[in-house]
Amino acid sequence: MTWLSIIVAGILTYFTRMTMIALVDRKMLGEKLKSVLEYVPSAVFPAIIFPAIFINDFGSFVEMNDPKIFGAIVAVIVGYFSKNIIATILSGLISYWFLIFVIFN
Amino acid sequence: MLTKKQLFTRGILDISPHMLSVIPFGIICGAIGVELGFNPYLVYAMSFIIFGGASQIVFLQLVSGGASSLVAVTSVGIINSRHLLYGAVLSEYLEKLSYIKKLIISYFVVDQSFAESNKFFKKNKTEQYLYYHLIGTGCTLWVCWQISTLSGIILGSFVPEELGLKFAIPLTFIAIVVQDLKKIDHVIVMITCGLSSLLFFDAPFKSYIIISPVIALLVASLILRLKK
Repeated sequence: MTWLSIIVAGILTYFTRMTMIALVDRKMLGEKLKSVLEYVPSAVFPAIIFPAIFINDFGSFVEMNDPKIFGAIVAVIVGYFSKNIIATILSGLISYWFLIFVIFN
Repeated sequence: MLTKKQLFTRGILDISPHMLSVIPFGIICGAIGVELGFNPYLVYAMSFIIFGGASQIVFLQLVSGGASSLVAVTSVGIINSRHLLYGAVLSEYLEKLSYIKKLIISYFVVDQSFAESNKFFKKNKTEQYLYYHLIGTGCTLWVCWQISTLSGIILGSFVPEELGLKFAIPLTFIAIVVQDLKKIDHVIVMITCGLSSLLFFDAPFKSYIIISPVIALLVASLILRLKK
């Protein structure tokens, strides 16, 4: 049963990827819609970022002094100025580890 | 004009830094599946059949928590519905491809490959074989995802949870959007999406992941209207 669900979930997921690329003609989307689509990265990724920082494993809001908030702020600052993906990720992780292992330990 | 090989290599290089978070996440994903008591083959098969990290974890957690198949499958579909938006953006650059190529390339459209290839596409609109960049980013992520989830299945709880490696996920996406913080319109759209995601976090089937982008895009269209 679980196997069947995985296959159905996989087909469904594939359709989410394929529909707009293969089945929908670009001309069906108007000019106005195209300019709105410019915002897709900015409109989608914060929905992954925010909950991962501000909501804990139990589904409730973290404290204002949570190490993840601090790590995210460091990553934003480092990323903004360095324009480097590795520096962004590492600075966030290291400052987070510094807080949980050195300061709060 | 870049050759197919150059574009493919460029794709690999552009997405490689993100493996810093994709690989730990894959390991966690594999380990969680085994820890929850699932058949290791089944846990791995998901990486191949679904190929979507967050949705794989949610699926496993729901099924192990006793949710019905319908709920689990619906949740996967809703979490992954954001790909519709990626596809809509990418279709502009892929419209000249043959049908079969479109069908194959679609399988490799994931968050980071979309983000990096879209950035590249915007700057290099005139390249003839642009899609090779997407194949490069997509295949790199695919290979890393397969290997890392497999490692997680084999290593199991070897990776200490205290390390908090899950935190690498939001960091990857921060790296993707951080340069757009220079533009006030993008900042407004991002904050709208982020706050909506917190507000609708408890909406059924994890639907916050598509509700908040829709709200943010509505705000974006308002901004465009005001700009004129």
